[in-house]
Amino acid sequence: MKQDIILAGVGGQGIISIAYVIASAALEEGLEVKQAEVHGMSQRGGAVQSHLRLSRQRIWSDLIPRGEADLIVGVEPLEALRYLDYLRPDGMIIASRVPFVNIRDYPDVEVLLRKIRAAPRHLIIDTEKLAKEAGSSRTQNMVLLGAAAGRLPVKEEALIKFIRALFEHHGEKVVAANLKAFELGKAEAAAADYVPASGRT
Amino acid sequence: MKPEILLGDEAVALGAVHAGLSAGYSYPGTPASEIMEYLIKAAAKSKSFVASWSVNEKVAYEEALGVSFAGKRALVSMKHVGLNVAADPFMNSALTRLSGGLVVVPADDPGMHSSQNEQDSRFYAEFAKVPCFEPSNHQEAYEMTRQAFDVSEKFGLPVMVRLVTRLSHSRSTVQPREPRGQNELRYGARQDWTLLPVNARRRFKGLLEIQADLVRLSEESEFNRLQLNEKDRSLGVIASGLAFNYVQENLAGRESPPSLLKIGTYPLPENLIRRLVEHVETVLVVEEGYPLIERSLRGIFGVPGKAVKGKLSGELPAAGELSPEAVRPALGLKPLEKLGFGGFEPAARPPQLCAGCPHADTFQALNKALAGYPKANVFSDIGCYTLGAYPPHQAVQTCVCMGASVGMAKGGAEAGVHPSVAVIGDSTFGHSGLTPLLEAAAADTDMTVFILDNSTVAMTGGQPSYASGERLLKMIAGLGVAGEHIRVIEPLPKNLEKNTQVIKEEIEHPGLSVIVAVRECLEEAKKRRRSG
Repeated sequence: MKQDIILAGVGGQGIISIAYVIASAALEEGLEVKQAEVHGMSQRGGAVQSHLRLSRQRIWSDLIPRGEADLIVGVEPLEALRYLDYLRPDGMIIASRVPFVNIRDYPDVEVLLRKIRAAPRHLIIDTEKLAKEAGSSRTQNMVLLGAAAGRLPVKEEALIKFIRALFEHHGEKVVAANLKAFELGKAEAAAADYVPASGRT
Repeated sequence: MKPEILLGDEAVALGAVHAGLSAGYSYPGTPASEIMEYLIKAAAKSKSFVASWSVNEKVAYEEALGVSFAGKRALVSMKHVGLNVAADPFMNSALTRLSGGLVVVPADDPGMHSSQNEQDSRFYAEFAKVPCFEPSNHQEAYEMTRQAFDVSEKFGLPVMVRLVTRLSHSRSTVQPREPRGQNELRYGARQDWTLLPVNARRRFKGLLEIQADLVRLSEESEFNRLQLNEKDRSLGVIASGLAFNYVQENLAGRESPPSLLKIGTYPLPENLIRRLVEHVETVLVVEEGYPLIERSLRGIFGVPGKAVKGKLSGELPAAGELSPEAVRPALGLKPLEKLGFGGFEPAARPPQLCAGCPHADTFQALNKALAGYPKANVFSDIGCYTLGAYPPHQAVQTCVCMGASVGMAKGGAEAGVHPSVAVIGDSTFGHSGLTPLLEAAAADTDMTVFILDNSTVAMTGGQPSYASGERLLKMIAGLGVAGEHIRVIEPLPKNLEKNTQVIKEEIEHPGLSVIVAVRECLEEAKKRRRSG
């Protein structure tokens, strides 16, 4: 079993939080984990990504080779596409449809979504709508985590446990909103027409 | 002990603590900052050792050197270019006889994710003739740091642990071992620490004499491993540090992989290299950074009868960061199948100043004030405000190294640039801006220096700044800048007209002016509110 995930977004959108929850849950599962992050300059409103590798066997590279990612989770459509060349031909993109526009030449969103739909396996989610429904527009990253949950080689209870751990110090209200966001994302994925893969062996 | 999930930076920090660290020093810089962040947290918890941010890397190194003189163990960490700042004490400390272990950890940034160059710190270790460890994973980062202290104390030399961004900022599991205690106070001998020519000549001779011992240490190190393929002698690979992982990513599990020498310590294990080279026809050298190993293999004449391939021969990219896919073709493998962009080019999203950032208001006023001066030049420095180079501000024309703005503005003014403006942050000013400003004040150079006081080291995550607030203003006056030309502005949208006027006045002043723009970093203000 081996799963390579690219998490993509803009600095401040909560990429590292998603990575933390999945990585912690994977450790409980007894998996080997490597998680490469971006710190420093790019965190200031720039493109950021995290390479998250989970495996039963030894993981060598901290970086996922181009062409090996099983899954791209994009908190933002342009960023989801930026790492398209990391994806396996049969890999999947789960992306938010909500653009984060902080550059002058931001492309037409419809063009971006068309491009995502061109991938053989994809799921596009209105994370803003679901996050607001969950009680806070800041929970969009947890909506996406929920949408990806069924595809991850970890138990849902473990994910929930570490979402709690992540937001505990912000109070029960924040925890509840994030858990709700996770549930809404999960429901959205279940409703969509796709077959969850069990990961590669 | 329980395994822990750590960043590469943190694995080094934990290794140092478990090696019996007495003090750690650093200056913030990506990708090294998290070493000191971890040490500071651990020190606050255990209260058994010192961990603190220094005013710059040179001072950090010298503080560590003082700890070593006193017989105790010290760690000094910095980003790669920080070692340039600390190069003076680093090079010379190799000629002292250290009393307590001293480990220096530069974190290189191949690919320049957050840096102005991609220099390779292994060359510094070679230059100073001191041992260097290059970890390939988190466990090695931990183990090598511990061992580096032992080697340092055995030979009385500073020892380097070289990191790169992808290890510094990647998380994985580390299995720690039983920690050991700290050293007792034990002063160094004066003849080994007073580098007068008479002592330095003797010490340098000693340093040359132990080089063979250091090579032997590498020959025997568990971090250098040779695997020979007895059946297939066509290709042999030498791979160091993270490059070893990229090779293994492509080769592991393959039938009859090429002979492979993993390198984790320097000076190079010469016999191991000889054994590999003798065994194969072609040698491929894969290393992250500059081609140090490849160059020492090739020399000028190359290896007779053998082909040596790598960055110098063009098989591997000489610039930028390595990756699993960059290594594939050099190993004779086809690229993996992947989804293509189909002609789509994702628009770049460079970093930028946060919405509402005080620097944005300063740049707006500065641009407005300089509108009537087509010959104006703004020399900038290292920090968030370097992002003023990007649209919409495009307010600065240079960024070279820490503190360069002030010296360059003085040189520029003396060459005829007018107005000659420097823009430097409060912490960068404390790091390297004081000395050039002292000179400009003594010469009363016709230039205008902006010090952007946001009371923190913002770009690297909000470390404390020494040259901020009242102390900063006193420092500027103390350097001899005329009081009436030290102006304080508050960079806020509502003050735009007022601030523009102040800037215009000081540009018209035919001597040195310093304008201090004071407003707290938004991110830090947010953090402070959150923590109550």
